[in-house]
Amino acid sequence: MDRWSARWKIPMRHRLGSAILAPASPAPRTTMHRSQSLLRGSCKTSKMAIRFVLLVNKQGQTRLAQYYEQLTIDERRALEGEIVRKCLARTENQCSFVEHRNYKVVYRRYASLFFLIGVDSEENELAILEFIHCVVETMDRYFGNVCELDIMYHLEKAHFILEEMVMNGCIVETNKSNILGPIQLMDKSF
Amino acid sequence: MEQLKTIGRELAMGSQGVWGSSKEFLELVKTIGEAKSKAEEERIVLAEIESLKRRIQEPDVPRKKMKEYIMRLVYVEMLGHDASFGYIHAVKMTHDDNLLLKRSGYLAVTLFLNEDHDLIILIINTIQKDLKSDNYLVCCAALTAVCRLINEETIPAVLPQIVELLNHQKELVRKKAVMALHRFFQRSPSTVSHLFPAFQERLCDRDPSVMSAVLCALYDMILVNVKPFKHLVASLVSILKQAVEHRLPKSYDYHRTPAPFVQIKLLKILALLGTGDKAASENMFNVLGDILKRSDSTSNIGNAILYECVRTLTSIYTNPRLLQNAAEITAKFLKSDSHNLKYMGIDALGRLIKITPECAENHQLAVIDCLEDPDDTLKRKTLDLLYKMTKANNVEVIVERMVEYIRNISDNHYKTEISSRVIELAERYAPSNQWFIQTMNQVFEIAGDLVPQKVAHDLMRLIAEGAGEEDEDADSHLRSSAVQAYLQILKEPKLPSILLQVISWVLGEYGIADGSHSAEFIIGKLCDIVATRPGDDKLKGYVVSAITKICAFEKAAGQTVDLIPECVSFIEELYASHSTDLQQRVYEFHAVLKLDRDTLASILPMDASCEDIEVDKDLSFLNSFVESALANGSRPYLSDNERRGMGAMTTLASNNDAGTSSLLRFQPYEKPSIPEPAAALVTASHYSQDAIDQHDIYSSAITVSTSSKAPESSSNDGTRLKLEGVQKKWGRPTYTPEAQVPKNPINISDSVKVSSSAAGKEASSRNSSAPPYTERKQPPQEISAEKKKLAASLFGSKAGDTKAKPAAKLQQNGTSKKAPAKPTSPPPPAPAPPPADLLDLSDSLPQTPSVDPVDQLADLISVDSSAATSTTSLVEQVFDAGKVATKGPSPQASLQKDAVSRQVGVTPSGGTNPDLFKDLFG
Repeated sequence: MDRWSARWKIPMRHRLGSAILAPASPAPRTTMHRSQSLLRGSCKTSKMAIRFVLLVNKQGQTRLAQYYEQLTIDERRALEGEIVRKCLARTENQCSFVEHRNYKVVYRRYASLFFLIGVDSEENELAILEFIHCVVETMDRYFGNVCELDIMYHLEKAHFILEEMVMNGCIVETNKSNILGPIQLMDKSF
Repeated sequence: MEQLKTIGRELAMGSQGVWGSSKEFLELVKTIGEAKSKAEEERIVLAEIESLKRRIQEPDVPRKKMKEYIMRLVYVEMLGHDASFGYIHAVKMTHDDNLLLKRSGYLAVTLFLNEDHDLIILIINTIQKDLKSDNYLVCCAALTAVCRLINEETIPAVLPQIVELLNHQKELVRKKAVMALHRFFQRSPSTVSHLFPAFQERLCDRDPSVMSAVLCALYDMILVNVKPFKHLVASLVSILKQAVEHRLPKSYDYHRTPAPFVQIKLLKILALLGTGDKAASENMFNVLGDILKRSDSTSNIGNAILYECVRTLTSIYTNPRLLQNAAEITAKFLKSDSHNLKYMGIDALGRLIKITPECAENHQLAVIDCLEDPDDTLKRKTLDLLYKMTKANNVEVIVERMVEYIRNISDNHYKTEISSRVIELAERYAPSNQWFIQTMNQVFEIAGDLVPQKVAHDLMRLIAEGAGEEDEDADSHLRSSAVQAYLQILKEPKLPSILLQVISWVLGEYGIADGSHSAEFIIGKLCDIVATRPGDDKLKGYVVSAITKICAFEKAAGQTVDLIPECVSFIEELYASHSTDLQQRVYEFHAVLKLDRDTLASILPMDASCEDIEVDKDLSFLNSFVESALANGSRPYLSDNERRGMGAMTTLASNNDAGTSSLLRFQPYEKPSIPEPAAALVTASHYSQDAIDQHDIYSSAITVSTSSKAPESSSNDGTRLKLEGVQKKWGRPTYTPEAQVPKNPINISDSVKVSSSAAGKEASSRNSSAPPYTERKQPPQEISAEKKKLAASLFGSKAGDTKAKPAAKLQQNGTSKKAPAKPTSPPPPAPAPPPADLLDLSDSLPQTPSVDPVDQLADLISVDSSAATSTTSLVEQVFDAGKVATKGPSPQASLQKDAVSRQVGVTPSGGTNPDLFKDLFG
């Protein structure tokens, strides 16, 4: 774990320079609408374990978003704003789970990047926390020393990896060679 | 050095374009990445939208370029802007022959479109084609898209092909086909219900990844219905066993833990299958014990498995030995330094206490630590736990904690949730009415308008009815203390409307009852209430009624009432109010003031708000009036039917009124055949000697108007009537005989009456005074039903229902050849506490526990004290307290002592507090 965050940290700082390092003050920048309903899309897919996967940097900027339930763009914006604000406000030694309305959000921080997974109330939070790490390890194996910019430049690849690992809101695959095999084959064919 | 390396890498990517990205794209991503503010990001994206709109429509955009444009669209949407202008291009790209472009197209489409979007229909054809492709990667791309894009209507278009792919030679395709079917099950279970055997066949697939995909589907299916899958227990246990024993390929390991996510999924499924099924559960005990032994409790993933195992053990048929292990694991979690593990521990404890309630006592300190932790998530989770372990003897302290919590949060969602829990607990376990009222006041004060109106109504009724016994002194004491409390509360600014309504009503009913406050003073307070919320018509209604009552009480007692100027101006203003309800109230007020003393005393007697009103339906008090009118030569009254019979000759055959040959009625809404409106009218015009009926109706018109339920009960008639009309119109086209709908005209006028006459409405609702009183019994039942449901979903309390059966089966088995079952009769699941009537004191009294809790506590502490040296002083305190209490006559006495000490001001706060400690677990 320590090895991970260490490897993850260094490239990021240098690459995105001061923009990333600037002290984050998310509060004034977020003009989110509190009152918006986030519940609408959830009834149809109530059985899903994982509701969304979000990658957000510590300024609250979304780097990857995958929703497994139907939300409008406005609902997503509001949700992301509220959740990110909640998570950013937490300290290292608080627990990695945040309740938000009918979601539980499990988050993990790697350097300047937050991985957040929204789950329903019956999910095993600790397992999801490790799943996040599994996602990061998989991305790391694919990109080699993955960093925020890798994900930004190759957004579709990050999505493909996620598509292999999570389907219909369930964790389907955590075997890294099974996940990366088809993607690497596809890269060769291009 | 590191910096150089990264620069080099960036350059390499930029120039070589290995990844197929142009410099322009990299530039865009970089500017987005470097944006320092949301506004800057917004500017970049808006500019990007403009340029994309232009360029994406150019003819002959190269395919590679187009893919880049589409990824830029994905960025636009991800950053919260609409990119619908480019959707069609993403759809087009799914046609591409190149696999990467095709998959990117599918990806963009799944990100852009939901399954009900119009453009989906354009993709179905492509998907069908791709599913047939020889290239299995193309197949997989299509299957991935199927999982996101196919809705209920389009399932049949692809279903046969996907079923075929279940037997594809590539495991990747089989896996995705399973997931596609899983998706169909989520969308429309009936479409794949015939495929259950196929799922089971895939469960035995030679590739573990296909098997693990089937588990996802199985879990959802079993969640819906357990029965058809009971026979799978043995296979699932064997799979789990193999996974635990490292028999899956190494590549499935995660941090040296064998296939942890598969294990967790299996444990979840087993928990469902073993719920209330002893035979199935016994199959699992071995492997569960194995997992508990093998799992590595030093890593997160190992703990995740252990936690899941505890969950499973608490939902299946109980095994004392394994439960003991589960309790140990929970203890380890709770003692851990990691907040994550503490959180899991609290959750696990919440599950364990459902089965073995006594185990909570071992973790008192840990739980209190979590409760006082600054971490909000942990605190809330602990409140959940406390909520689960609330009993009559700890309700006060737990509710106090919850109230304290909601006082400090601003999130309305949780305020509503937790305040409703407080209300539920208070209603169920309230030790005294006094406490209940205080608690409710706090909840209203904090959560205010988030509290349902019904709660306010219940509270008012509680104050009015008191203990429900013939102890008038206690009741009046309760009321005057309520008045006192409310006068105190009124000093605070910004009270929510619902609390003010309750206050107005209580002040109106009981403000001057005990003689300690003058009428002027109370009326002044009431006028102040209105002044704080000028636009609140409902509140004004409450206040006018309250002033009316006070004036009436005063006059009836022989005092003169001089209205203070604010009150006069307030009343004057309402004569011209837009709200007819308010107008009516002030006119009634005006009329009441003119009455003489005796009439007033009978119209608005003190403390009659909960007396039943007897309505003289025959209007017998009018007999003398009618007789004198008849004597003066008036025509006798004909009932409706008679009148209609007379007019039958002249009537036209009406089309719409099936069967009943009625008159062409010009005044259909005025038929006064129902007594209530007439009675109300009488009170308005003649208030004479027949006061008994009148005053009841009148006082009800004022007091009942506070009831939110009453209008509903009367409007129900209206809806029922409409239905009748519908039936008549849309029913079978046969001729409806008159006998079937004879009441129709009467009913219609009945419903009209409700809307036309407010006085009548109130009177009639009061007339049916039974409904509100029977309703009173309902709320606790509702709550307990909810609780049961929750318990059933969380803890599989079906166990309670089905427990009898497996036990019976077991006996049969025991006599036959099966291995003799262990004589470990599991403790019955914690019985749901009986739904306590909130007004029934005998029920809500603290129940005497069978074992003296203080003794247990003392034992516990004496054991613990050796380990926890840091808390010796605390232990001594508690121990002493325990000793004293044990000498006391009963646990109840010690409870009272607690209550006294709390009142004196020993508030349970601070890291380790003996009172809290004892209150929670005593």
